[in-house]
Amino acid sequence: MIRINGQEVGNKQIKLSDYLEDNGYMINRIVIELNGNILQREKYDTTVLYDNDKVEILTFVGGG
Amino acid sequence: MVDIEIQLNGKAITTTAATLYELCNDCNDFNINRIVILNGFQTNENKSLKNGDSVFIIDKGVIPNKAALEDMLMARHTPYVHNKVRTARIAVLGLGGLGSSIAIMLARTGVGTLHLIDFDIVEPSNLNRQQYKIKHLGMSKTEALSQEISEINPYINIITDNVKLTEDNLLNYIKDDSIICEAFDNPDYKAMAVNTILENCIDKYVIASSGMAGLESSNTIKTQKLANKFYLCGDGVTKAQEGCGLMAPRVSICAGHMANMVLRIITEEFSV
Repeated sequence: MIRINGQEVGNKQIKLSDYLEDNGYMINRIVIELNGNILQREKYDTTVLYDNDKVEILTFVGGG
Repeated sequence: MVDIEIQLNGKAITTTAATLYELCNDCNDFNINRIVILNGFQTNENKSLKNGDSVFIIDKGVIPNKAALEDMLMARHTPYVHNKVRTARIAVLGLGGLGSSIAIMLARTGVGTLHLIDFDIVEPSNLNRQQYKIKHLGMSKTEALSQEISEINPYINIITDNVKLTEDNLLNYIKDDSIICEAFDNPDYKAMAVNTILENCIDKYVIASSGMAGLESSNTIKTQKLANKFYLCGDGVTKAQEGCGLMAPRVSICAGHMANMVLRIITEEFSV
């Protein structure tokens, strides 16, 4: 099972960039952790999520 | 009588005094004219003294000379903590409501070197939550905050860079800083800074912020550890927008979370 921000999203492999686009993420405001490691931004387009992958997507909101 | 070795007002001495009252030499004045601080904690009690204790006896209302002032400023710092914080070097990226408060809290705690970075000037709209005053209007935030800090604790090193940080220049500016506080306002800059540092610097700690606008509950603001050296403070969701502005209390709460996490890391407490 692939888990993204704690939600199960199936076990079929998916392209990360497709997931981000389908779910309306703003690429310039996020930090992604894949299986406990920070994912380099240059790898967003080529990363494919497989069964058992665990992804956390942090979206920053404005204010400081 | 037994000789013990203690630190009195910052200097090593040998004394036969067994208690604080004996050390003060006249317990009648103990509460009235003096402040006595034992190992970073103010006390009125006649505590026993032991080897290695740190005692400060401060006469109330007396303007001290510079050397004595430095000792007195250090008096309330827990000795174990102070020795670590005085050698720390912390960067604060963005000197708005979060950054100006973080920097002042760390200065009060005696952090040895603060690296303050912002490109902006102080404006009237900043005064609702940022640590600036009317006299600072129009001044660069780096300069204004340096002034404020020097009036609170003149014995720390302040390094300022009046510059707009970008993907291309960020790493060069922070190369000598071990802990980085991301205190920007703009979410794109927040993500840029966090990604750039975490992608390139395995040795640096990053404490970032997200979600501290409005008048939601204070208790929704928390510190989370999201990766080995990456912490996030805030409620994660409440953004600054029309009808939900940034106000001093929640911004200060978030700043407090960030400054405390800095101190925890400095003292090697890496859990939240």
